[in-house]
Amino acid sequence: MNQPNNPTREYLAAPISKVGPLAWVKKNLFNTWYNSLLTILTLGALAYIVPPFFKWAFIESLWNSSSDACRDIEGACWSIVPQNIKFIILGFFPEGQEWRPILAMILLLALVIYSKERSRWTKLLAWMWPIGLIIMGTLMYGGVFGMPVVETDQWSGLPLTMMLSFFGMVMAYPLGVLLALGRQSKMPAIKTLSVVYIEMIRGVPLISLLFMSSIMFPLFLPDGMTINKVLRAQVAIIMFTAAYIAEVVRGGLQAMQRGQYEAADSLGLNYPQTMRLIILPQALKIVIPPTVGILLSAFKDTSLVVIIALYDVLKTTKVTLQNPHWTGYSTEAYLFLALLYFICCYAMSSYSRRLEKELHTGH
Amino acid sequence: MTDTQPKKANDPIIKIVGMHKWYGEFHVLSDINLEVQQGEKIVICGPSGSGKSTMIRCINRLEEHQQGQIIVNGTELTNDLKNIEKVRAEVGMVFQHFNLFPHLTILENLTLGPIWVRKTPKKKAEEIAMMYLEKVHIAEQAKKFPGQLSGGQQQRVAIARSLCMAPEVMLFDEPTSALDPEMIKEVLDVMIDLAKEGMTMLVVTHEMGFAKSVADRVMFMDAGQIVEQNNPHDFFDNPQHERTQLFLSQIL
Ligand SMILES: Nc1ncnc2c1ncn2[C@@H]1O[C@H](COP(=O)(O)OP(=O)(O)OP(=O)(O)O)[C@@H](O)[C@H]1O
Ligand SMILES: [Mg+2]
Repeated sequence: MNQPNNPTREYLAAPISKVGPLAWVKKNLFNTWYNSLLTILTLGALAYIVPPFFKWAFIESLWNSSSDACRDIEGACWSIVPQNIKFIILGFFPEGQEWRPILAMILLLALVIYSKERSRWTKLLAWMWPIGLIIMGTLMYGGVFGMPVVETDQWSGLPLTMMLSFFGMVMAYPLGVLLALGRQSKMPAIKTLSVVYIEMIRGVPLISLLFMSSIMFPLFLPDGMTINKVLRAQVAIIMFTAAYIAEVVRGGLQAMQRGQYEAADSLGLNYPQTMRLIILPQALKIVIPPTVGILLSAFKDTSLVVIIALYDVLKTTKVTLQNPHWTGYSTEAYLFLALLYFICCYAMSSYSRRLEKELHTGH
Repeated sequence: MTDTQPKKANDPIIKIVGMHKWYGEFHVLSDINLEVQQGEKIVICGPSGSGKSTMIRCINRLEEHQQGQIIVNGTELTNDLKNIEKVRAEVGMVFQHFNLFPHLTILENLTLGPIWVRKTPKKKAEEIAMMYLEKVHIAEQAKKFPGQLSGGQQQRVAIARSLCMAPEVMLFDEPTSALDPEMIKEVLDVMIDLAKEGMTMLVVTHEMGFAKSVADRVMFMDAGQIVEQNNPHDFFDNPQHERTQLFLSQIL
């Protein structure tokens, strides 16, 4: 501003565009004619959509009322969610026992959150998981400590979704890694088996796998023998996801340089050691982004189990909408579901980004 | 381990007899015969593609030979995995491109072999590792990752990594040819120290100064054969073969 007035040299003003929010807008939103056009169009569209949506969702809406009260308003009837929350979340879990799935879900969530920090990946944690899972299973199934047995066909809603997707991911990942290693194996039998498995699974949609597991598979079982329906769906999801993980991991393995194998060999490390200590840690890190992509779709695809008559959280919502009191509020119900799915997916992908950053060692 | 015989005092530590190797149809090594005594330092030179790397990589079975015998410290290299792992634990190798493990710290790079192959307790392995890092003048970098080090530093770490396994023999495959000129000396100095301590070394290199001052024997390879070998004095001043003369005239 106050520049010393030295006549022997010329003082230039600082380039204006560097300062102020106005300059930022100009630089980023109106720097070329097509960018300006896009900005104006976007603003126009937002002005058209946002105020009515806001009015519908927040101003003329009801948050916790009876369905009758909703008939008289123009806005959103969010009441469908709190009024039916028990059925949407827990489905057909028996009356009076609701605390059990709720406790199981809290336990799972707590374990997941606790496991986020890499500094906690210790032996203790490796024990906590199986113990936690046994407790969760016991809570859900019951039969001990005076808890009545709840058969798996009554498991529904969010606990079912969480279980199918959580086990789907946790079991499919190591299986996929093994398949990827199998596909690279020098032993022809293992290699062929892996290739056939991967290509066969990738050649069919998940829906048909679910159908096969629920309708065709029982035909091959001896009379009187049944395998639990939930378990069959779970296995189908695991098998399906594993094949995709395998291909992604194979990509990571191929990105490894021969020098890494040679260095490991020259130290005298054997094959399992080389893979576990040298190759997989690097290869799996490279493929974190596509792996997370697959895990996210696996999570969302669990909703396909509706077609074999399992009541996951999407199906319980649909059933709620069939209740004559609440038909017509599907937008609200599905927005709620979308939010639920979004929170889970967003948490997963932002965690993966953090992990990626932490594992970066500057090469 | 039927082919492990007790080693006598003046048995060669490496013995290669009538060894041939093919890559598919390509006869890359032909009738290699070589005996290396404990403590001997051998420099191998020769034109590009002459099979130098292939030969020393056969010694720790990074490459497989198809004919002849390779016996390292009394253990013959065959398809037996146990023997191969045993030989590899006794033979250290330093590569042109360092091949450090980028996801592990320098210290972890060094302790990996001792902990998993030699079953050394972690504490002890770390002590040994720090000693060798001291020796290659790089102890203050122990907690860093390879990607944060210069090429010369990385190569010194790679040497220390091999030394942590307490090898009987060290193989070097052009250890300085991926380095900038000002870093070559720091690596060669470490190798010279190692030679003075009596390490058995086979070094593929074009650093003729190193060959003259350190080698007991200089070996010239061409087209997959050992053409000529001699003590450095006679090798450089009085080469016998035409091909050796031509090669020396090109690089000196
Ligand atoms: N994996 C392979 N498959 C087929 N041919 C190979 C393979 N590796 C090396 N060769 C060939 O074998 C020959 C010897 O290669 P080698 O790497 O041993 O040469 P070198 O003497 O080390 O050369 P340089 O000084 O360039 O490192 C070369 O002609 C090379 O093309
Ligand atoms: Mg070479």
